[in-house]
Amino acid sequence: MRKLRKLSAFHAISLIALLSMVITACVPATAPGGAPAAATPAAAAEAGSKVLKILYWQAPTILNPHQATGTKDFDAASVILEPLARYSEKDELIPYLAAEIPTLENGGVAKDGLSVTWKLKTGVKWSDGSDFTADDVVFTYTYCSTKETACVNTANYDPIKTVEAVDPNTVKITWKETNPDPYVSFVSYTGMIIQKKQFEKCAGATAITDKDCQAANLAPIGTGAYKLKEFKPGDVVTYVRNEAYRDVANVYFDTVEIKGGGDATSAARAVCETGEVDYAWNLQVQKAVLEPILAAGKCDAVAGGSFGVERLELNFSNPDPALGDKRSEPDQPHPAFSDLRVRQAINKAIDRKAIADQLYGPTGSPTCNIMVSPVAVNSPNTKCDRDVEGAKKLLDEAGWTVGSDGIREKDGKKLELLYQTSINPLRQGEQAIIKANLAEVGITANLKSVDAGVFFGGDPGNPDTLNKFYADLQMFTNSPSSPVAIGYLSGWLCSKVDSAENKWQAGNDQRYCNKDFDALYAKFVSELDPAKSNELAIQLNDFLINDVAVIPLINRVTPSGKLKNLEGPTYNTFDSNLWNIATWKRN
Amino acid sequence: MTQANQAINPRVTSPAEARIQQQSAADLASVLSKKPRTLWGDAWRRFRHHRVAMIGATVLLIFIIASIFGPILYKVNPEALDAVNLLSKPLTPGHLLGTDEIGHDLLARAFFGGRISIAVGFVAMLIAVSLGSLVGALAGFFGGKLDQLLMRTTDLFLSLPQLPLLLLTVYLFRDPVTKALGPEKGIFIIVVVMIGALAWMSTARIVRASFLSLKRKEFVEAAVGLGVNERSIMFRHILPNALSPIIVAATLEVGNAIITESTLSFLGVGFPPDTPTWGRLVTDGSQFLQAAPWLAIVPGVLIFLTVLSINFMGDGLRDALDPRQRQ
Amino acid sequence: MSQYILRRVLISIPTLLVISFIIFAVLALAPGDPLAQFAVNPAIPESTRQLIRQQLGIDQPWHIRYVKWVIAMFQGNWGFSFQTKAPVIDLIWQRLPQTLQVVGVAYILAILLAIPIGIISAVRQYSFFDQVATFFAFIGFSVPSFFTGLLLMLVFAIGLHWFPIVYSSTLEITNWSSFVLQIRQMTLPVAVLVVQQTAALTRFMRSSMLDNLPLEYVRTARAKGLAERVVVLRHVVTNSLIPVVTLIALGIPTIFAGAIITENLFRVNGLGQLLITAIQNSDTPVVMALTFIFAVLTVTFNLVADVLYGVLDPRVRYN
Repeated sequence: MRKLRKLSAFHAISLIALLSMVITACVPATAPGGAPAAATPAAAAEAGSKVLKILYWQAPTILNPHQATGTKDFDAASVILEPLARYSEKDELIPYLAAEIPTLENGGVAKDGLSVTWKLKTGVKWSDGSDFTADDVVFTYTYCSTKETACVNTANYDPIKTVEAVDPNTVKITWKETNPDPYVSFVSYTGMIIQKKQFEKCAGATAITDKDCQAANLAPIGTGAYKLKEFKPGDVVTYVRNEAYRDVANVYFDTVEIKGGGDATSAARAVCETGEVDYAWNLQVQKAVLEPILAAGKCDAVAGGSFGVERLELNFSNPDPALGDKRSEPDQPHPAFSDLRVRQAINKAIDRKAIADQLYGPTGSPTCNIMVSPVAVNSPNTKCDRDVEGAKKLLDEAGWTVGSDGIREKDGKKLELLYQTSINPLRQGEQAIIKANLAEVGITANLKSVDAGVFFGGDPGNPDTLNKFYADLQMFTNSPSSPVAIGYLSGWLCSKVDSAENKWQAGNDQRYCNKDFDALYAKFVSELDPAKSNELAIQLNDFLINDVAVIPLINRVTPSGKLKNLEGPTYNTFDSNLWNIATWKRN
Repeated sequence: MTQANQAINPRVTSPAEARIQQQSAADLASVLSKKPRTLWGDAWRRFRHHRVAMIGATVLLIFIIASIFGPILYKVNPEALDAVNLLSKPLTPGHLLGTDEIGHDLLARAFFGGRISIAVGFVAMLIAVSLGSLVGALAGFFGGKLDQLLMRTTDLFLSLPQLPLLLLTVYLFRDPVTKALGPEKGIFIIVVVMIGALAWMSTARIVRASFLSLKRKEFVEAAVGLGVNERSIMFRHILPNALSPIIVAATLEVGNAIITESTLSFLGVGFPPDTPTWGRLVTDGSQFLQAAPWLAIVPGVLIFLTVLSINFMGDGLRDALDPRQRQ
Repeated sequence: MSQYILRRVLISIPTLLVISFIIFAVLALAPGDPLAQFAVNPAIPESTRQLIRQQLGIDQPWHIRYVKWVIAMFQGNWGFSFQTKAPVIDLIWQRLPQTLQVVGVAYILAILLAIPIGIISAVRQYSFFDQVATFFAFIGFSVPSFFTGLLLMLVFAIGLHWFPIVYSSTLEITNWSSFVLQIRQMTLPVAVLVVQQTAALTRFMRSSMLDNLPLEYVRTARAKGLAERVVVLRHVVTNSLIPVVTLIALGIPTIFAGAIITENLFRVNGLGQLLITAIQNSDTPVVMALTFIFAVLTVTFNLVADVLYGVLDPRVRYN
């Protein structure tokens, strides 16, 4: 003991240092099981080899697009896997595994809207050398339609009655009922085809419980221009050129690397200021931060299309906590918003231009429409100029008069609104501007911000979700998932009104209900002619805007950044931003 | 745990012990002599003569006064948006310290933020340090089963993941507490209690270590022999000797609490999103470190000066309470 | 002593079970949804999300999930991640090396810096050196790490181009130039961590030294004619280090917890970054595994600290 007592602290420290070194040494160099073992990535950096470095601030965690948990996973899978067709940046379909796009004209789409027949490209091979056939397409359907697989793209395969392999290069899809969107299945990022051989035993609960299926989810075999070399989930994916690719001679890069993590601002810096990476995804950054970074001149912002419409939602039911269980239930009309004039006044009071100029800059522009893309459905009929005097007049007419403290009141009730949104610096800026706008016309807004995971989470037990809408106003971004916005527009149907009865999961969180809108929607979903369908989409948009069911604010065009010498990246509204990675090159 | 080690080196043991006995005797004498010169009275007298401590106290007082009376003299509404002056530099007419990206006046917000941040920093620190000291003192002094129980609870708190815990706490307590105490008081209480409840552990461990060592010392044994009760031994005899690490911990905690508050607000747990606390101003402003560095630097410097002056006061307090320095 | 250690080890097993139960309860009851990213996507309606919840098993009551977790842990796979849908343990092995390298090196550097700075600051109290050290220490703990990190990034990576801002975990050290690359990419995150950790340790070291310096044994040593250097280094430092060493031991588990903000800022894909992304995505099994490992280390190093303290300071007796 006496000797030990003299043990100096320096010994203790060197012991600790030693200990941590021993532990480091004990860590196995590669993960046991899971992703394939690393070769030497450093070799990729050798002189002469062409490396494409992509930076995502959310890291991919799984490469099977049917088990994805976010856009990052769909994008990382898009480098390896292909669907039958993809949407280009002009929202046009480009055949990938299909030989051509089936249409009414070429007979691919049945006139009754009950089936679609796809012709597949011939001679396509998987990266393991085996042939790609119609069986793989049928299997992808089997995989995704098996309930226990819990395929994230289930909704895209729900309208299907059967999928048949007519011959090895022809697939026929029969719908359960007339389908106005023949391209809902096997197209874009939700429709990527997985190999039957690799996933055969994974349809069902084994999809994530079986050891081989777990490994396959992290290392799918594909038909695309690149194949997987190494995957560290949540960190980095490395791909190499797929020598079995049908057009391998035109694949420019030897290696592609998608690195994940960090934040959007520093991702912008890594491409625009330090030039460490070639391409950075989704630079969702405030204008005042992004503009000086872009100004460094090394990069181009890749934008276009629409990332979605940032909107202010009005609650048509009464969120007053005094109502207890009846709070925000559809049978409790909102005391102020039931009056169209109040809704119009709020719409007129908001300064969209200030929000766009001060906060969004290159990443968004004011919009009066809830449908903005494809361009053909962006209504030219709406207007939403700021008109403070008009707003005040409307409120006066509606009986909300200015009280002694400058706040409007009616029947002894003050016009005081609770205004919630998710936590995000940009949204808190918008909240501040809109709060000031409303104050100008005599409306008080009390701000609330909720953690995004809670706000967007569907937990029926939590009072802060957007579905429960225990507030008067709320704000977030949303967009249609395909050019025919069936699912998106169903969010204002009477039958979809959220309530305690359906655990707030029906989809119409505003509790908006109008029989005329429902009738127009019914016409829209039975229209097979694309041009007429677009016209109806515009009518539906105009209906919602004129009735001020919802207040669109900003059309977001969240850009990605690329080095000036990189050629190929585009911004796609309805498909992965890496949709055409096979053709990217450096000049 | 610091004075504890004075006699460890065997080569100097005996003179040191002799000195301690003298000291303890002096200590006892002053306790027993019932003169008005009490421990705390003495301490206050010495504190007032501690130059650095007084500087710290003055700066802090200025901050407190400024945040209370500042908004009365500087009549700019912290919520008003100046659409013409976005990200304007300090000394822009009408905006002494400049504006943020949507035209909020930084000085007006710093004044308002000061009220909350100083209060949060102080109260949360007091909660954390007193809870930590109490747990540490009990564990170290009594040892045995109580020590085990308290220290394993400390381990538990240290290992709990903070973010989910905070989210859970809000989910469980926000509505009842704000209902009972009103929105402003309720949120303040939730914020300081949560920060305090998540920050007491290191203090507890430090204090326990000090107590483990100090309770074996002669002056404590002497006090025990004289029949002084346990509470008095713990808090009057041992605690003042363990003060210096507690003060370091307390100083660390003030800055930590001011910053943590912004994390809480960020999670939607704390004050409403438009409340301009210092922590929030730093967090928001650091996005603009390139374009408008003052947005983060001004509140950052305010936090820094607050922490520094509390530390200076802490130094003074330690010297004032140090039994060895008693005349 | 050995009996004491044995008893503590035995107690820690039920302790850890209780801790794991409480952590699990907190995680299970905390609000959040692993599918929040898809919340408003019209292509992924609630019915699909419900299917996925069933697949992940989060529709079951949480006490049943806890039992399943304990079984999975004893089987060695620690459950599977909601994000990768593969065993959690694989993720942890992948992340550990980066964290040990960056956070571990930072911790050792911080100790090596803090002790001498603390000593000099105390010996020359209120000197110019002490003032400067105090100033930096206070910057260290009143400025949050996201601020320091951003500042260093702006100055040294973006302004001067000395260091990269994207940490590459695929870099393999095969020769001198790749070693230099590794050092370069580690520099900034390590620097941020060193600034913070040194700040706190310096203050504790300084205050411990100041407590010891005026004591009788020091005067006696001086009186015996020993050189000031010897007095300080042999006598004062050795004694002052006792509490600091305990603190250092108690801090070791935090190395394994990673440095959440710094790792995320510089994209060091270590355990801290894994934890924060898992929390953000409500990936409960991963959060649970990391938290539990941290709890085990905390309990272990608490024991180590207690033993160290008992060994170094004869006054401390456990019974």
